[in-house]
Amino acid sequence: MAQETLSGWVRKLQAREISSRELTQLYLDRIERLDPQLNSFITVTAEQALAQADAADARLAKGEQSPLLGVPVAQKDIFCTEGVRTSCGSRMLDPFVSPYNATVVERMNAAGAVMLGKTNMDEFAMGSSNETSFYGPVRNPWDTERVPGGSSGGSAAAVGARLVPGATGTDTGGSIRQPAAFCGITGLKPTYGRVSRYGMIAFASSLDQGGPMAATAEDCGRMLNAMAGFDERDSTSVERPEEDFTAGLEQDLKGLRIGLPTEFFGEAGLDERVRGVIDAAIEVLKGRGAEVREVGLPNSHLSVPAYYVVAPAECSSNLARFDGVRYGYRCENPEDLMDLYTRSRGEGFGDEVKRRIMVGTYVLSAGYYDAYYLKAQKVRRIIADDFRRAFEDVDVLLAPTTPELPFALGAKADPVSMYLSDIYTIAANLAGLPAMSLPAGEIDGLPVGLQLIGNYFDEARLLGVAHQYQQETDWHARVPAAFA
Amino acid sequence: MSVDTSEVRRIAHLSRLAMNDDQARDFAGGLSDIFAFVEQLDGAAIEGVEPMAHPLDAEQRLRPDAVTEPDRREAYQAIAPAVEGGLYLVPRVIE
Repeated sequence: MAQETLSGWVRKLQAREISSRELTQLYLDRIERLDPQLNSFITVTAEQALAQADAADARLAKGEQSPLLGVPVAQKDIFCTEGVRTSCGSRMLDPFVSPYNATVVERMNAAGAVMLGKTNMDEFAMGSSNETSFYGPVRNPWDTERVPGGSSGGSAAAVGARLVPGATGTDTGGSIRQPAAFCGITGLKPTYGRVSRYGMIAFASSLDQGGPMAATAEDCGRMLNAMAGFDERDSTSVERPEEDFTAGLEQDLKGLRIGLPTEFFGEAGLDERVRGVIDAAIEVLKGRGAEVREVGLPNSHLSVPAYYVVAPAECSSNLARFDGVRYGYRCENPEDLMDLYTRSRGEGFGDEVKRRIMVGTYVLSAGYYDAYYLKAQKVRRIIADDFRRAFEDVDVLLAPTTPELPFALGAKADPVSMYLSDIYTIAANLAGLPAMSLPAGEIDGLPVGLQLIGNYFDEARLLGVAHQYQQETDWHARVPAAFA
Repeated sequence: MSVDTSEVRRIAHLSRLAMNDDQARDFAGGLSDIFAFVEQLDGAAIEGVEPMAHPLDAEQRLRPDAVTEPDRREAYQAIAPAVEGGLYLVPRVIE
């Protein structure tokens, strides 16, 4: 049963082969039985889920067709959910019960989705291993001694273990794609501005973008249809005509021009076995008619350093709102206002969040702004320009999602080595391009992710290429033995 | 660039983060590594390049100057650490 995809469940629900209540109960039972091994959920909303399921069943009985009607999903705990704790993986927001819904949550509710709960994540989405969560680390369903990736590690582990057929994630520097790769699932970061950031707790506002995580490209397209769309409450939401992201799924690959960025296949840090998997995937796509050529992204080696100026700068500004006054954690017995601010923040934030706030505060401080922040913003433009040139000659770019296999818990103790695990994903965020990861192989029982990067607003094509690949391969259908 | 404990404490103060000497010592190494790492940007060919603040170089959208949000003070105050008479409470600021 748990092997069925989100799209498969939608079809079965429409055909009335199963009710939403039965389906919801099936997944709630799996979460109760199996999640203690993973810690992928922070909050399970069983009662509300069953009520939503009953409402969906009533709509199904009337013959309604809505893209996610009756299907269970999970929300990353960064999306505000009215009446449900929205912690962002932080002690700071442990007491925070949101008074409103994020636009993504509103839209998915309207599409008929049933929310099973809120998934675990790195604190404030700052991490690549899900080890920085206040609620403890998430474990990888393929090997529970290893990390699921981050920051959307709870969503990735839950979908990978089939505790839910689809979940939301957010991706500021790779936080959908890297955990999708580590957990053997498909995840898409849309073009910046596609999915509303309203009610999505801000980390780095010029980079943050929400997106779908599920077993297949078809599932992701179906979810994105519900999630994406113009929202006047997000000042950077893009106003474009509504689009069907599943429209390109059946498009064949004849004549598709795929670019391989040479810099993403260099020797530095890329596991040879991962490279072998990617090479095999390229052959599959060639076999379906795609043409492959090398392209250059000569400034991509500057992506990670530029990101670790821009993202902390925006984070230090965004997280200034957490002051212990209006909501969230407040320290005991503050002596004065300064003590209230500094102790609430000092006790409420974990170490990685503090580190990034301090880096951001420093690079924005008087005398350092030009040397760090302005310089990083200029580098950001030359990185984006590299992509612009590459897309004059090719339709999509293909690369590994991560340089290595999922690593062991505790393996990356120093911050910079952790940051480098996003070496292939960060550039797409800086440029604002859509990018996705899909399962492309296994090494020693661990999944390997293939990354596709598209031109602006080209999600439908990306999903189409991924879907065609998934017609030829079954990596996306594999479930770790302990969760089958 | 390397930061020492007193520099870490200075940055922590600017960041409004309570931090004692032991904690500052623990942060100094990681922060020094990060600042050394981002120094790679020094070699970038960025002369004459316009800084990029936003991926789509969008302009700020304007809307009519009309009230669109309902009054939700009660819902917002219900989640505050301390309120009284519709006000948020903080320690005495003026003695």
